[in-house]
Amino acid sequence: MTKVLLPELGNGIEKATVSFWFFKEGDTVKEKQDLVEFTTDKAAFNLPSPCSGVIAEIFFKEGDSVRVGEVLALIREQ
Amino acid sequence: MAANQIYDLGLTEYYKAWDFQKVIFEKIKKSSLKSALIICQHYPVITLGRNAKKESLRFTEAQIKKKGVDVFPVDRGGGVTYHGPGQIVAYPICQLSYFKKDLHYFLRFLEDFVIGVLSEFKIACEKRPGLTGVWVKNRKIASMGIAVRNWISYHGLAVNVKKSDLEGFSLIRPCGMDVEMTSIESIVGRDIPLEEVKQTIIRRWKNDQSSFA
Repeated sequence: MTKVLLPELGNGIEKATVSFWFFKEGDTVKEKQDLVEFTTDKAAFNLPSPCSGVIAEIFFKEGDSVRVGEVLALIREQ
Repeated sequence: MAANQIYDLGLTEYYKAWDFQKVIFEKIKKSSLKSALIICQHYPVITLGRNAKKESLRFTEAQIKKKGVDVFPVDRGGGVTYHGPGQIVAYPICQLSYFKKDLHYFLRFLEDFVIGVLSEFKIACEKRPGLTGVWVKNRKIASMGIAVRNWISYHGLAVNVKKSDLEGFSLIRPCGMDVEMTSIESIVGRDIPLEEVKQTIIRRWKNDQSSFA
């Protein structure tokens, strides 16, 4: 399983809000495809998938606040 | 390596400029070009960013459209804003990997950039902590909202130039707040040609962006 983490978004940015998921649990995703979008301040940020595979679990829903380094989802690599 | 390109679209429909942003975004993604600036004015349009709330519109979407103002949900950060022909809008498409991979730092860079532009019109303005944009006392003169994908930025900033164009903001609560907007013309007390502001932005961008591109 590959963990998808909220990456560093900049100095002093500790958390971001999930604006939406491009996929749902059970979907197949390709490496580098946009996986989830966050917002912080007046910026929206798209996180690409770190690998190709099936999304096994999503831990945060749209509107949730996530801290940098937290696990957002698990991907079963293919 | 190409450092920068400027695209002046003139007065254009919002969706056309949005499509053009996507074209330039892809171009930057696939090339060694580090940044480009798209500059334009828009026909009246309200855009709803990712944090826009329904109550940020003071009228229904149908009522707003009846007034000749288009409404667009867009993929940038921030809430609701208005664009019209009396504003200069600039979309910096930048490879932030060459600059600094820091979303807030880039927003602060854009604010400083606008403050520099407005200083040429003898306007004293400032950033306000937690309230992205550029302010003259309690009034907002420039708004910002960006999106970043693959660490390439798009969307950008809007500077209010004409006093007459501020009427469009009465349709919304800018950024979800009861903020009063102002313009270059309102502050300096005389008509300032849009072209003058546009050329100032282009000239300063060529200089300021060299700090990262």
